Amino acid sequence: MTKTADIKPYLRLERYPTIWCAGCGNGQVVGAFLRAISTLDWDPKKVVVVSGIGCSSRASGYLNFNTMHTTHGRPLPFATGIKLANPELHVVVMAGDGDTTAIGGNHFIHAARRNIGITMIVFNNGTYGMTGGQCSPMTGHACKATTAPYGNLDTPFDICKLAEAAGATFVGRGITYAPVKLESLITEALKHKGFSVIDAVTQCPTYYGRLNKMGSPADMLTWQKEHVISLEKAASLPKHVIQDKIVTGVFVKDLRPEYTTLYRRLHEQCGEDDCHD
Amino acid sequence: MGQIEKTRLFQGNEACVAGAIAAGANFYAGYPITPSTEIAELAARKLPETGGKFIQMEDEIGSMAAVIGASIGGAKSFTATSGPGFSLKQENIGYAMMAEIPCVIVNVQRLGPSTGIATAPAQGDIMQARWGTHGDHPVIAFAPSSVRETFDLTVKAFNLSEKLRQPVFILLDEIVGHMRENIHIPHQDELEIINREKPLPDQPYKPYDEEKEVSPLASFGEGFSYNITGLVHDEYGFPTTDSEKTKKLLSRLQRKIDNHLEEIILTEEFGMDDASLVVVSYGCTARSVRQAVKMARKNGLPVGFFRTATIWPFPYEKISAFADKTKTLLVPEMNMGQIFGEVERAVHGQARVVGLNRFDGEMITPDEILQKILEVI
Ligand SMILES: Cc1ncc(C[n+]2csc(CCOP(=O)(O)OP(=O)(O)O)c2C)c(N)n1
Ligand code: SF4
Repeated sequence: MTKTADIKPYLRLERYPTIWCAGCGNGQVVGAFLRAISTLDWDPKKVVVVSGIGCSSRASGYLNFNTMHTTHGRPLPFATGIKLANPELHVVVMAGDGDTTAIGGNHFIHAARRNIGITMIVFNNGTYGMTGGQCSPMTGHACKATTAPYGNLDTPFDICKLAEAAGATFVGRGITYAPVKLESLITEALKHKGFSVIDAVTQCPTYYGRLNKMGSPADMLTWQKEHVISLEKAASLPKHVIQDKIVTGVFVKDLRPEYTTLYRRLHEQCGEDDCHD
Repeated sequence: MGQIEKTRLFQGNEACVAGAIAAGANFYAGYPITPSTEIAELAARKLPETGGKFIQMEDEIGSMAAVIGASIGGAKSFTATSGPGFSLKQENIGYAMMAEIPCVIVNVQRLGPSTGIATAPAQGDIMQARWGTHGDHPVIAFAPSSVRETFDLTVKAFNLSEKLRQPVFILLDEIVGHMRENIHIPHQDELEIINREKPLPDQPYKPYDEEKEVSPLASFGEGFSYNITGLVHDEYGFPTTDSEKTKKLLSRLQRKIDNHLEEIILTEEFGMDDASLVVVSYGCTARSVRQAVKMARKNGLPVGFFRTATIWPFPYEKISAFADKTKTLLVPEMNMGQIFGEVERAVHGQARVVGLNRFDGEMITPDEILQKILEVI
């Protein structure tokens, strides 16, 4: 644990203050990420952070790495191009739950399927923060959103199950209430060789919290605390008990050849010249 | 290895891949679609042979994103598609324009709208190329009319893209893309290859310097930790909503193309001196026009041939320059008149402009053109 880590060099402090509301969880996720990265001896000049569009996707602009703020839902294919062009780069994608599972859902499952060496951090606040609190594929059933004023009819995804089924080789979930655990999850994800996914459950007090009468940002964190359960504990409990819980921990830790490694092998094979026609 | 046989039968789509590789392309991302698929298949085969990479993405949106990402990762990247896929790429094409990321997009046009006829030729994406993505922006688009020209213009597209940090389009059509011609491919040493300018190491870096037409472009990982965004940005690449900076940025994007019109606009003409009628054409249609004009001239008719290989920026000035010496301009095209309107803008009432349009999936024949010439001259 690196509570005392100096993360300031990783921040573009001249870009502060951030656009985020007071009490927003985005800063907590970014903090966990930066503490995680500070434990690795990575050259910051070789770190790339790609983001989509949304409140959370603004994170890239505040980070002192190679940063690319892309289009809504598309950071993963942008990152795929970067990683393929230069596999020695450490590529991290940051995006909201809407960006990742709605408009970018297709890219998400395919990046997982390819097992490309990218770490995807989903800032999961259960809503579209940037556009003012509309429904997301992660908005809970019967919860309120500006586009679900009578309660949401849809059922949300389970991002971790989705990632696992699609082939991600490292999948974990953490919450902003437990930043130290979130940090160590992100550290593991960053170190992982292959496509790693962190479902970072965070709070949007301004829209999700207000529309669902969840109180202050602190009340929202308390709600997380009261609903969190570890994967180990959840395993021994019946389904209906864990239904409305946030199950945290490492869901998948697998080894499968990473995509750019496969490409390197293909090039070697072509060098030995079985490729020529 | 990588060196393609010098003279042989090439398909248009194949010449496009050969041109891309000759220009230094080492990354392709795409999604298969008729009639562009041969480009993907050839790229999949050829690129790994020379250390390059090919990836079949989940869709055209992802393909365009990966092409832009690869470019900023240091690759020379391209993609190919056709009408429906070109539509899907548009949002990210706008991103590449705004963020000034070099890349080449090939659209082998087929008949639309929608799925239309996948195997039928058309020239219906002229305006999609111009205005397909949102907002004001300049566009560079070439329309080759032969296999050899497809090679040459692909090289040129990459060169301009690198030099101007601008996505560049190649508008092939089903006919030129699938046609086979015996062509000579120039040796690598005969080609001029332009690579993007790089910033000096250990110097302060402005990726979007207001004082420069085009700033050097650092690849990620080269030591310049800067920001790229599709939002309006300042000289360092950070978002801004300042109206003065917005105006400066958008004006510079336009200016960097306007300042190079001579280099970008390629046209060909013959029989113009005595012409009272000039046939204006581009792409596959120019092949029929060439024959028709020759037949007309053989029969003593004062008919001129003007072909543009550059669709955007459109050669308004060149057309305007001969319009007042001409009575009629005839514009045959395989659409309902997309370039016709541009020719009218160029002519500005100095001569009569007549269209000859087919949008039934069939090529306009030399006879049809000759017939029209006789009718309107
Ligand atoms: C193609 C496109 N569609 C819609 C939008 C508008 N838009 C911007 S952000 C956003 C949703 C943001 O929600 P999420 O991804 O969950 O991120 P958050 O703001 O909650 O962090 C939407 C719909 C857009 N920018 N681009
Ligand atoms: S709207 Fe919500 S997600 Fe966006 S900054 Fe405010 S609290 Fe955070």
